[in-house]
Amino acid sequence: MDTNEPHYKVSVASCTVGFLVSVLLTAAAYFTVTEQLFAKKTTVIVIGIFAFLQAVAQLLFFLHLGQEGKPRWQTLTFFSMVTVLSILIIGSLWIMYNLNYRMMN
Amino acid sequence: MNEVSNSTHDSYSTTLLGFWVYLMTDCILFTTLFATYVVLHNNTYGGPSGRELFDLRFALTETFLLLVSSCTSGLAPLSLDKKALKKTFFWFGITFLFGAAFLVLELSEFTRFVEGGNGWTRSAFLSAFFTLVGTHGLHISIGLLWMIVLLVPVWKNGMTLLSCKRLHCFKLFWHFLDVVWIFIFTVVYLMGAF
Amino acid sequence: MFGILTLDAFKHDAIEMIANISMILGFLGALGLLIYLKRVKWFWREWICSLDPKKIGVMYATVALLMLFKGLVDALMLRAQQMFSVDAHQGFLETSHFQQVFSAHGTTMIFFVGMGVVFSLFNLLIPLQIGARDVAFPFLNAISFWLFGAGALLVNVSLIIGNFSAAGWLAYPPLSELQFSPDVGVDYWIWSVQIAGIGSLLAGINFLLTICKMRCPGMTLMKMPLFVWASLGALILIIFAFPILTATLGMLTLDRVFDMHFFTAGSGGNPMMYVNLIWAWGHPEVYILILPAFGTFSEVVATFSQKRLFGYKSMVWAIGAITILSFIVWLHHFFTMGAGASVNAFFGIMTMLIAIPTGVKIFNWLFTQYRGRVLFKTPLLWFFGFAIAFTIGGMTGMLLSIPPVDFQFHNSLFLIAHFHSMILPGVLFGFFSAFSYWFPKFSGFKLNEKLGRCACWCWIVGFLVAFMPLYTLGLMGATRRLNHYESSTGWQPLFIIAGCGIVIIILGATFQILQIVVSVIERKKNLDTTGDPWNGRTLEWATSSPPPIYNFAIVPEVTDIDAFWDQKLAKKKETPVYEDIHIPKNTPIGAYIGGSAFLLGFGIIWHITWLTILSAAAIPFFLIVRLSEKETEYCISAKEVNALEDARRRPTA
Repeated sequence: MDTNEPHYKVSVASCTVGFLVSVLLTAAAYFTVTEQLFAKKTTVIVIGIFAFLQAVAQLLFFLHLGQEGKPRWQTLTFFSMVTVLSILIIGSLWIMYNLNYRMMN
Repeated sequence: MNEVSNSTHDSYSTTLLGFWVYLMTDCILFTTLFATYVVLHNNTYGGPSGRELFDLRFALTETFLLLVSSCTSGLAPLSLDKKALKKTFFWFGITFLFGAAFLVLELSEFTRFVEGGNGWTRSAFLSAFFTLVGTHGLHISIGLLWMIVLLVPVWKNGMTLLSCKRLHCFKLFWHFLDVVWIFIFTVVYLMGAF
Repeated sequence: MFGILTLDAFKHDAIEMIANISMILGFLGALGLLIYLKRVKWFWREWICSLDPKKIGVMYATVALLMLFKGLVDALMLRAQQMFSVDAHQGFLETSHFQQVFSAHGTTMIFFVGMGVVFSLFNLLIPLQIGARDVAFPFLNAISFWLFGAGALLVNVSLIIGNFSAAGWLAYPPLSELQFSPDVGVDYWIWSVQIAGIGSLLAGINFLLTICKMRCPGMTLMKMPLFVWASLGALILIIFAFPILTATLGMLTLDRVFDMHFFTAGSGGNPMMYVNLIWAWGHPEVYILILPAFGTFSEVVATFSQKRLFGYKSMVWAIGAITILSFIVWLHHFFTMGAGASVNAFFGIMTMLIAIPTGVKIFNWLFTQYRGRVLFKTPLLWFFGFAIAFTIGGMTGMLLSIPPVDFQFHNSLFLIAHFHSMILPGVLFGFFSAFSYWFPKFSGFKLNEKLGRCACWCWIVGFLVAFMPLYTLGLMGATRRLNHYESSTGWQPLFIIAGCGIVIIILGATFQILQIVVSVIERKKNLDTTGDPWNGRTLEWATSSPPPIYNFAIVPEVTDIDAFWDQKLAKKKETPVYEDIHIPKNTPIGAYIGGSAFLLGFGIIWHITWLTILSAAAIPFFLIVRLSEKETEYCISAKEVNALEDARRRPTA
């Protein structure tokens, strides 16, 4: 299936959509914080969601995740990484919060 | 002529997947630094916190510069067609300029902190800040140098399959750095500012 | 000019001087031998510059075995100290020296023996078992080996110039911070582990890509040999765990070099975060070490039962389960650091779960032997030693996984006995089994079976005598890393028995050295002329012993598990059609990069600014030189392949 031709095709549409979505989400997050639209905890969740959405947008439109032919090694390794990342972050934060509470007060 | 015979297996997709897997490992490296930052970000040891130090408009500008840089790198064609070469240099040129501008802004922010007595030795929070944001900046710096090293042979001898392959890896690297920045902007600057 | 390096760094006590002189003499002896045999250029060209994974695999194994020797000597010193250092006697090791010895022992064994063995087996076996001619990135492979070598060299140089870390094999802060470890010891530890760790990460990427992209036609994932599956599990762990180590060691370095406060005792630092992160790496690390050993045993048990391995699918499932579970158990290494019941309970339960897939594997190996025609050759004898000792160790692991029980055992000799029961019977016996099994393939002749059996018995008995007393000692309250104790504890007799154990182990190691020497001398009598001395089942046995540089003249096509067994049964006799084969050219740049990394580490350790800058610049310089090279391969024409294949099939009379 793979030839010697580089199979990277510049998609102007993809880049443009990705750029616009990213700008919108960045602005939305920025103004949520500067205009203090919500309470502290809610703000954290809202900008967290914006960050996640923007990351998805960039993964899809800039990095073309999921658009490779079978076998989808890039997609598989990406989701494996996200799993490990989640375990590390959630695990570390849970453990360290617990330790800080019990050992540092 | 030499690239085609460079291996019997498909080296283009193998190299790209290999580089992608390296990027996945880099994500875990950043994850470790992020986790450490979150754990330590309140340990200001009497010194200033993010609320006192961060200028959000500054960070927003940096975000915009890097976003444009990432986008323009995606627009640069990687083709063996001689006519595409001008476009390649144009778009990569903008990528470089905006990336360099980002770096200049970031270094000026670091300098401002250090000169105000809030360098990386001041507290655990500042150590974590400088390391997380600084590691990203170091990746950007290496990327800028890498871009030059890759484009010099293209300037001299035109585009080859090998250069296409390597520039494609560079694009992945550059896009990935912008994805990481989304989380730095959000977790460090936005969440630190209130 | 030389930073903080002064002549004081060369002052050592008597024991260290003996070690230094032996090391230097050993090195000069090897060099002298090469000069005497007029093989210096050949060694440089064929080995140092090699990009052939088979040669790189041999080099990894050589370094690992040399470091094993060093680690065993460390162990002997520790045991000897603990045998005699009672009441008024202070033993023969000064406290600071004792601390360096146990730190060096752990560091050497895990990073340079364990990882060396793992990467040796990957290099030697993965390409051959998947029917490939090479790894995905041959030059990167060379870099990985030379970074590993640079790390090993740093550990050894620390014996001669300066001193090694006294902070244990994991260098917990705040002890490892500048405030409490102001000398260069911890820096030596950091840079040897960091440099070798980067080599490991790059090799992990390389072999993962090799398995993903370079399997021969017909070899789907579910037709791969189990050694490759086990390696795949280990590679996934390497890729996701080693970046944690890189980042964490990096932060410790920043604390020490740039006065940062990640893990310091003041200024807001949090040493507990280091413990959390280092074990988030550390737990996957021990599974990285054990999985290839499990893979070896799958191959050995099947071949020497002359039967297909029982339960291929469940073995693959078990490897997958172990891989995933090994990421969610790491807190069991610090149950006692102060986390609450919910946290401890979660990780305790996850830890217990790992016993299930491990048990599945052990039962499958036993079921393979049931109704097989078992051949009691050395490789299988190592498996029996493993089966008994590792299972005992596994059961003590179940005990330790219960948090309230662990409060009693944490950092006692019970813990030490447990993890040695996993690593010696697991990783080390696995490697010895692999060594005796695959040695004929890569050297062309078989090892002396009798001496192999003697070695095996000594190691198994020696291990039991050395470590079973430690379980009792742990239950009696003995802590780890003790260099002195009172006779009223009643510990001394048990320490003496343990000391006898290490002597028996060293006897076993002596038999192994003897085995190699005798086998080399007698090699003409034990030549492997067929390439398949054990009636093997997997593709590596389809090549000559040793294999040609291109592994397979014709890329194999596979239809089932145990591909070579299939081929033997089918007995197809086709006229081979050869094609041109492209092989990577040898290059010294891998060694140059490794050398630069060594100098970089040395420069940072001793604060020699000019050396640090020059060697840091040298690395990208060499990379650019290599990446600008136009002709990195040479071609073996179809005609030449034909001639080589004909020559190897002609009888060696």
